[in-house]
Amino acid sequence: MGIADRRIEDGNLMQAVAKLTPEKIKAAYELVTKGEAGARLSTYYQSCMRCGMCAQACHFSISHPDDPSYTPVGKMDQTMWKLIRQKGEVTPDEVYGMAQIAYTECNMCKRCVHYCPVGIDTGFITSLVRRFCYRLGVVPTYILDTAHSHSAVMNQMWVKQDEWIDSLIWQEDEARGEFPNLRVPLEKEGAEILYSVIAPEPKFRTQLIYQAAAIMHEAGLDWTMPALPGWDNSDMCMFVGDSEMMGRLKRCHYEMAQRLKVKRIVMGECGHAFRSVYDTGNRWLGFKDWPVPVVHSVEFFWELLTTGKIKIPKKFDKPVTIHDPCNITRGYGLMDKLREVVHMLCDKVVEMSPNREHTICCCAGGGIINCGPPFKSVRVAGNKAKADQLAATGVEYLVAPCHNCHGGLEDIIGHYKLGMHTKFLGDLIYQLMEKTRAE
Amino acid sequence: MGSPDRESGTSANNWDWEKGKRTIVQSIAPKEEDLWQEEAYAAPDGESFAAVVRLEDESFTLRVNDGRWEETFEKVWYPRFAPDGRLTALVMADDEWTVAVDGEAWEERFAFAWATTFGPNGAIAASVQQDMRYACCLNGAPWENMYENAQDYCFSADGKKTAGVVQVKSLKQADLDGFRSGIFTVAVDGEAWDQSFMNVWTPVFDGRDNERVAAQARLNAYDYTIVVNGEPWAATYNCVWEPVFNPATGVLAAPVRQGGRWGVAFDAAMNWPASLYQCWGLQWSRDGKNLWAVVAPEYGKFTVACNNKPWAATFPVVTELALSPDGTRAAALACHANKDYKVVVDGKPWQGSWDMAWQPVFSPDGAHVAALVEKGGKKTYLVNNLPLDESFTEAWTPAFSPDSSSLLLRGVQNNALVRVVLPLKDIH
Repeated sequence: MGIADRRIEDGNLMQAVAKLTPEKIKAAYELVTKGEAGARLSTYYQSCMRCGMCAQACHFSISHPDDPSYTPVGKMDQTMWKLIRQKGEVTPDEVYGMAQIAYTECNMCKRCVHYCPVGIDTGFITSLVRRFCYRLGVVPTYILDTAHSHSAVMNQMWVKQDEWIDSLIWQEDEARGEFPNLRVPLEKEGAEILYSVIAPEPKFRTQLIYQAAAIMHEAGLDWTMPALPGWDNSDMCMFVGDSEMMGRLKRCHYEMAQRLKVKRIVMGECGHAFRSVYDTGNRWLGFKDWPVPVVHSVEFFWELLTTGKIKIPKKFDKPVTIHDPCNITRGYGLMDKLREVVHMLCDKVVEMSPNREHTICCCAGGGIINCGPPFKSVRVAGNKAKADQLAATGVEYLVAPCHNCHGGLEDIIGHYKLGMHTKFLGDLIYQLMEKTRAE
Repeated sequence: MGSPDRESGTSANNWDWEKGKRTIVQSIAPKEEDLWQEEAYAAPDGESFAAVVRLEDESFTLRVNDGRWEETFEKVWYPRFAPDGRLTALVMADDEWTVAVDGEAWEERFAFAWATTFGPNGAIAASVQQDMRYACCLNGAPWENMYENAQDYCFSADGKKTAGVVQVKSLKQADLDGFRSGIFTVAVDGEAWDQSFMNVWTPVFDGRDNERVAAQARLNAYDYTIVVNGEPWAATYNCVWEPVFNPATGVLAAPVRQGGRWGVAFDAAMNWPASLYQCWGLQWSRDGKNLWAVVAPEYGKFTVACNNKPWAATFPVVTELALSPDGTRAAALACHANKDYKVVVDGKPWQGSWDMAWQPVFSPDGAHVAALVEKGGKKTYLVNNLPLDESFTEAWTPAFSPDSSSLLLRGVQNNALVRVVLPLKDIH
């Protein structure tokens, strides 16, 4: 069993491998493993005992219990370990398989790191395999298109500048029907908070901008939204392996905040974007820390609720469960605050097991959902583990403070007929908060 | 208010430089008859302020001191003073957008207008969209050619021309080949270069004759370079940042990345070797002898370099590089994670740290430096490393008199807009 047995056709993967030569493959291998990866990769390769402890960690592996090729070590063996063993001398067909594994069968969720006796970061290695594939142009079509969009308009959804501003003004108008004096302050220099979102919000989830504006307004905050590029904090370039564009995007994002002289950036409910601002993009630019603090919505809502700026007169009365997004819990430690926020909002919380840093990934993150329809079945089949976990809670409502998680979980809920509904924290807060400034 | 000096772009010669504090408006607080008033902006000369107001009939206009623009609009935002003191705003009437200048809207109207910018000699430009076609609109006149998309506009040194990045062909959904074929280029006054590229960013004019325009370009997924009037440099790089023309010689300098480190190339030849962890924000002195940049000689350690010689002091973050008029001195801001701001002049941090700081300003003779800073919600000014006693609830960047003898402060105290002229000799 292996990747060759489950090949999925993707236009760009097919087109790109057809142009590969041994020389190109070898050059990409040399660039990534010798020029960029350094000692860390070498140490991991030499430390991996092939013990298989990681198998119990990966949702793909749990969901395909009889197929060792889905285990993290199995995936490494078919990709980076094979490249190293063969000194980059692999066939174009093998590169196709490597791309399919790296882009669609590993969410880089890093759960396996916790199970590895020597702490090998498989997510990091997958990112190197993606970098290798990217240098060869062997990237699934849809996610590469989002990366192209980032480079052209500095957001992942080909949203033009006027469309972005128009969306904000539109949502301000809409919200004013409920809150007569509500403003979405654009380009307000010196505001305490700059609110940034990911591009799917103006594209097809504009109600989230309305809700965020309502929450900011009710809390009486000094905030602004940018009108110029940099407003999209998301980063599919990070996930395709285009480090240079990742850096360009993050520079644009941070310089937007520096230009507006805000104290901090508050970002919407997104996991991967948070990873790119605190872990990867900032570091590629040469910053040890982030140049401007970025507060994830979980932390921000916790602050609003614990300081009484937002009051919840009556909690949500139906049982809910919590999904811990990998990038902000395992990656950043927001699991306690997430729970405190949900408990402040909901009467009854049924915990999934396992949870917190042991959370099972939504299977959409790491850019997998952005690889588009050809790979949807991989995602859904690859996360029966999550479906089982969700079903075991017996509840109808699922709170997940991350866009990609929503997308992935909704697909799982639909496929496995779980009959659940997903909620953002912002959905609940907007629904439940005391609206003293509403008409 | 003094009459605008369109040659220099400012009217500082005509401003009131008489020593002392004057109250311009007793109260900038919102007026009872208005539904709301937005944040205030002060004119460069400090003689007026403007703020968007929403009126009882739910229309919008601008309040200017204790008066208002006569005309009202369905929406007004982005009020900004031009350097010459004219007040602009983006306005919507009858579902059409345009720019209003001193209360008078441009005749041309658009489906959308945004991002007002100011150039030399009183030039005012905005991004505009009509029928989903995009262009730059300079002083009320849009480019004749409009494009699938257009952005990143810049002015020529005389303010008479504009250039921007344009998308010359449309793309279908997920059209990777179309994108790779190169559909972006630069248009100068609306005329696109013949050559197009995968990506193009940040065009800039050669200020000597305004005939050459350079920009960053991505030739394919991996190779970046600089293009000049559509012609790419012979050399390619892992990445590039904004190029700048030497104002005296026309040499084009750009930060370029090779082998994971940054350096600076002059006309495609490496001049600063690629040894830096970061390098951006290049600025030439006016005489073209000194090239300054924000650099990181080590990972996580940023500073300023002149002609590839970094200052000894390094910081986690450095922003807002400003040069003295003769380009021999520089000042910048340093901070850690947007906190503990310091003003750094000639490589030495000034005393004190601040919650926020604004770009330092040199006097015309280059001898003095001033900066607006904020701590605990109060704003004040630093002048030659000394904090002034005056503090404000709101304030704007300082300006030196043309003879470098006085400093103009603009701020709000007890809700009043005040204007203070301080002779530098009185600051101890």
